[in-house]
Amino acid sequence: MIPSSFTYQRAGSAEEACDLAAEYGEEAKYLAGGHSLLPLMKLRLAAPEVLIDLGGLRDLCYLTDRGSHVAIGALTRHHDVEHSDLLAREIPLLAHAAGQVGDPQIRHRGTIGGSIAHADPASDLPAVLLALDATLVARGCDGSREIGIGEFFQGLFETVLEPGELLTEIRVPKPAAAGWSFQKFNQRAIDWAIVGVAVQGGHVALVNMGSTALRATAVEAALAGGASPAEAAAYAAADTSAPSDIRASREYREHLVRVLVSRALTEASSRS
Amino acid sequence: MKVKLTVNGKDITADVEDRMLLVHFLRDVADLTATNVGCDTTSCGACTVLLDGESVKSCTVLAAQASGYEITTLEGLARDGTMHPVQRAFHEQHGLQCGFCTPGMVMAIVSLLRENPHPTEEQVRTGLEGNLCRCTGYHNIVRAALAAAGGLGGSSPQAGTAEVPGEVPA
Repeated sequence: MIPSSFTYQRAGSAEEACDLAAEYGEEAKYLAGGHSLLPLMKLRLAAPEVLIDLGGLRDLCYLTDRGSHVAIGALTRHHDVEHSDLLAREIPLLAHAAGQVGDPQIRHRGTIGGSIAHADPASDLPAVLLALDATLVARGCDGSREIGIGEFFQGLFETVLEPGELLTEIRVPKPAAAGWSFQKFNQRAIDWAIVGVAVQGGHVALVNMGSTALRATAVEAALAGGASPAEAAAYAAADTSAPSDIRASREYREHLVRVLVSRALTEASSRS
Repeated sequence: MKVKLTVNGKDITADVEDRMLLVHFLRDVADLTATNVGCDTTSCGACTVLLDGESVKSCTVLAAQASGYEITTLEGLARDGTMHPVQRAFHEQHGLQCGFCTPGMVMAIVSLLRENPHPTEEQVRTGLEGNLCRCTGYHNIVRAALAAAGGLGGSSPQAGTAEVPGEVPA
């Protein structure tokens, strides 16, 4: 399968990437690791006329301890997040979950920023960063702005990023409550999660239970009210709109999410 | 567009379509056909090659993205007619049936051993999650990876030599 024709441009800096995006307007897409976008282009589900390759932006590949939070450059690969000693020590949920994305080859190419900006509700990291209450930094032609992850996802593959705006950094607060868990149910490593659950302290976020990654607010409220993991997990499918597809029906996902939330809360409490 | 890739130590410059995939560059431009196109959907790993020493699926990388980088294919592993330790381990452990997945399996294992020279069996199995063998010949493939890493005891292929199984020839 071969994508439809496009013009390839390689950006040498974030500034140049924004300039190229401004020049080509809505015909252009940013290309990070390409492991979400290129498969869609090969299936002709996406057909941008211009690809702006960000792969050369080495200055956006970093993991830095900033005291209260860890700053992660948007072009940092899943492989580097997975193997970060800093994250293993400070935010083990994120290091662990990054190691569950796809397979080793995919983790050698895919990036944290690409995964978030792509906004696939079946991807692991949007929900993980929701549970961690991350802040995103985006750069446009007129400067940078911060966006809370809770406001970032607008719908299936939709975010609040303006055309040409470039995600540059993910700031992840060091969690106050230690207990964490990441549960993912899939048939093969390379499949998206049928359902996934990320827990950090009292925050619970869900993979593939709606058109965006979402917080399980009813579960969180039950936990805050003193419910046990099993009691709180009963609310896991509340206010979700899980898809039915070739892998599972909506009813199956609603059952599965209660099972996985229960397991995740139990594992998280064993770690706190 | 003009691209320049270093493939198995040799610079290859070519004028290609912007949309050309790395696997097609390797097979059709560089004339290196060990790298197979399997599923063509980032799933099976038959097209696995090394990009700057790390395993990637060449059906999901543009030749343009790889321009300026070093690519190693299966053809680049043997040195002076002597098989790479991972190739030899596949031979000795009979790590293949039909052989279609084999080039990708070998490259994935070279990358795995570069990152983790002495993996456990579980780490080998997890490390090969991105490679499918539809003959389901996984047991001998895993044995080959462990043998290449010296993890099968006395008959390890590289016992007594200085070869590093994760090393890629320059």
